[in-house]
Amino acid sequence: MIDLNTLNGETPKANIEEFGPGDTVTVNLRIIEGDRERIQAFQGNVIIGSYMSGHTPSPTDTFTVRRLSYGVGVERIIPFWSPNLESVKVTRHGKVKQSRLFYLRGLTGKKARIKERRLPVKK
Amino acid sequence: MEEQEKQENSELESAGDNTTENAPVAEVEETSVAAAEPEFPDAPEMEGLIARKVGMTTYYTDDGRAVPVTALEVGPCVVTQVKTAARNGYEAVQVGFLTAKSLNKPLAGHMERSGGRFSHLQEFSVKDLGQFEVGQKIFANLFEVGEMVKVSGISKGRGFSGGVRRHGFAGGPKTHGQSDRHRAPGSIGAGSSPGRVWPGTKMAGHYGAATITQRGLKIVLADPQRNLVLVSGAVPGHKNSIVRIEKQA
Repeated sequence: MIDLNTLNGETPKANIEEFGPGDTVTVNLRIIEGDRERIQAFQGNVIIGSYMSGHTPSPTDTFTVRRLSYGVGVERIIPFWSPNLESVKVTRHGKVKQSRLFYLRGLTGKKARIKERRLPVKK
Repeated sequence: MEEQEKQENSELESAGDNTTENAPVAEVEETSVAAAEPEFPDAPEMEGLIARKVGMTTYYTDDGRAVPVTALEVGPCVVTQVKTAARNGYEAVQVGFLTAKSLNKPLAGHMERSGGRFSHLQEFSVKDLGQFEVGQKIFANLFEVGEMVKVSGISKGRGFSGGVRRHGFAGGPKTHGQSDRHRAPGSIGAGSSPGRVWPGTKMAGHYGAATITQRGLKIVLADPQRNLVLVSGAVPGHKNSIVRIEKQA
């Protein structure tokens, strides 16, 4: 039997920390410029998608990260399985009620803030 | 079927290795698993094979591009009959694919010499009949990455469909006092002259479940080990439907 979920490998190659919508993440992406390869960091809020360890995303699954860059909203849709995805680091957990934060698209400045969700300190 | 396949593969591997040749059956299987890449015989010159549509997904190439692909289970197809000009009036090779649940006696007898019981038989014309013999297995390595192929199959049946779905009619207005005209086909012709509806006028009717050939698909991956071929784009039919994959001239 051919398993569509393992065509690209067993799990995504990238080193991904658990995250959910509202979290601020740093996404390290491989950028190829001519012959050179470098890592570019993209930091922003996750507005769609989540990653839980123990749950392998499907090869078609993506997540969306939004940031304001020089006053312009920039969203990147990133496939979990992309070979160009190096790692995802969580810098801040956000407290949100929606799973898809489309309301952020119409907001700027103080209204576009997301309240921080502080996790209990692990012993 | 599968056992035979495994044995054949392991024979190929152990050709240059005498120690495993006399190993018990149980270990033969292990050796075939342990070997990273068992060899497959070079595919004969042939235009295509029978395949089963597994479904669509995303495949990521090494250079980081995401390609929408359809996974096809291609082969192993077994030659069930070699048709010659002298005997049959034309030259072709008949191959079988997938094991049948049940077969009537004439069909079972027809397939007896090929050593299998197949649920699907199809013919492919070939240039050189000398490369084929009954019982020969043909694997997915028939196809090369980058090659252009066409895939034929029976499209999903849509039953009795209206003009909007079947012919792309626009339907009527939603508002401005309209009632019961939202998906209506509109006028179907002139009045008392000709006084009838022209033949071939687009109307509601049976849609889908027709043989469709999708051309211009590219092979993204061909792996005889897993009987797997990935083609870029969509192919006709539902999951698990039988399709015919052919090289495109």
